[in-house]
Amino acid sequence: MQPYSIFSLARNALSGHQNWTKAWRSPPLKSRYDVIIIGAGGHGLATAYYLAKNHGLRNIAVLERGWLGGGNIARNTVTIRSNYMRDESIPFYVKSVDLFEGLTKELNYNLMYSKRGMIDVVQTYPKLREIKRRMFHMDLHGSNYERIGVEELRRRIPPLTGGGPESRLPIIAGMVHPQAAVCRHDAVAWGYARAADDHGVEIHQNTEVVKLLRGGESGNITGVETNRGTIYADKVAVVVSGHTTSITDTIGLKLPIKSFNLTAFVSEPIKPIIDVVVNCPDIGVYLSQSDKGELVIGGAPDAGQSFRRDIKQQVFEDAVCSMLELFPAFKRLKLMRQWGGTLDISHDASPIVSLTDIPGLYVSAGWWGGFKAVPAGGYTLAHLIAKNEPHPLIAPFSLQRFKTLDFILEAGTTTAT
Amino acid sequence: MLKISCPFCGPRSEVEFAHGGPLKDQRPEDASQIDDAAWVEYLTVPKNPLGPVRERWWHVRGCGSWFTIARDTRSHDIIDEEPQS
Repeated sequence: MQPYSIFSLARNALSGHQNWTKAWRSPPLKSRYDVIIIGAGGHGLATAYYLAKNHGLRNIAVLERGWLGGGNIARNTVTIRSNYMRDESIPFYVKSVDLFEGLTKELNYNLMYSKRGMIDVVQTYPKLREIKRRMFHMDLHGSNYERIGVEELRRRIPPLTGGGPESRLPIIAGMVHPQAAVCRHDAVAWGYARAADDHGVEIHQNTEVVKLLRGGESGNITGVETNRGTIYADKVAVVVSGHTTSITDTIGLKLPIKSFNLTAFVSEPIKPIIDVVVNCPDIGVYLSQSDKGELVIGGAPDAGQSFRRDIKQQVFEDAVCSMLELFPAFKRLKLMRQWGGTLDISHDASPIVSLTDIPGLYVSAGWWGGFKAVPAGGYTLAHLIAKNEPHPLIAPFSLQRFKTLDFILEAGTTTAT
Repeated sequence: MLKISCPFCGPRSEVEFAHGGPLKDQRPEDASQIDDAAWVEYLTVPKNPLGPVRERWWHVRGCGSWFTIARDTRSHDIIDEEPQS
């Protein structure tokens, strides 16, 4: 791998940027690998990278139906945080936040990581009570919340001029989560792809898996059927986010997952005006400002299962109206782009990283809000694939928990709950 | 936005309705006669097809009826025009 540095930049500038090596190769597809990872998104590429780096596996293929990093890693709202409720969840997300912090250096790829903190704008006492409860849980695991008054809240978020004493829901407090950060989402996929490729991992784009294959007396996984022919492997990991059940259905594996559409949109770029991630849990909207100056705004998932990846008018209106209650000045902003992404949500709304009933088949799914989990999700899934035993951080998130009805009911997953 | 036909009120905007989830299989008649795995599957595994799904809707901001429609999850097209109560 050609390392990126000020020197390589200067050297390549002098030669007119004609001599940069490709960030990753496009090798010919082989018919057998040790491990196949389905899905070249954040989680899939991170898994491949940690399998190669931490566990010494080299003969790995990452298969991607479309293009690298074109799924939910390109469709999220880039927030990295660990303000969760349960003892099972918090340490996992704390690990992920920690890994993110060192990732630019580790991958030698500028993720534009910005640890700017998140502030919850609290407008009801039940929500304040819920967040304060989370605060004490998080305190046990090294993640923090800190309460600030309304005046301090308005000082830190100058455009927050709504929510006064006369409004429908007056603001009563702010809760600051200082570990929260944002970063360039595409760079996470590209950085992991480049580093994984450097460790010998093969990434195959435009390679759609149409069927999982199993055989023998034990019913082991034997490989996958793709649009480019059959590829064999003893270990296959399904890391495809919203389309998990579409893949596992081909082998008769039933999972407690539903797929929903979650939308987001961005405004025109404006001068820097908000330097934190703002979450408004009572009215169901969250926003941050990108380095380009656009406001990145998200709301609640659509009602009803969906694979359509678009935005519904009433969901969009709900999010905008909610935002304008608190940020009335934003009504003059033009909105530039909107998009949807397919989320898979498990029965208890917590993720699934697990062995399955089919030996050799691994599943990483149920990641709504999966962007923040990319490094730790890849790290722990790699451990699971290499050793066939779950990493302690992810052990509670096995499929076994549904068989014993031992659910992990999580309140910190999203703004919508 | 969907236009959903309520069996009582006729076609109305989606904003009047609440989504009730995909239709479940028939509840096992006698839970003591099936094994734990089958019971857990009934409780936790929903239909999640890439295509038509039969699902429950509640006309909560209208007449209050519960009914079932079939909708394609890829296009949001409502397939059967005759909703069933």
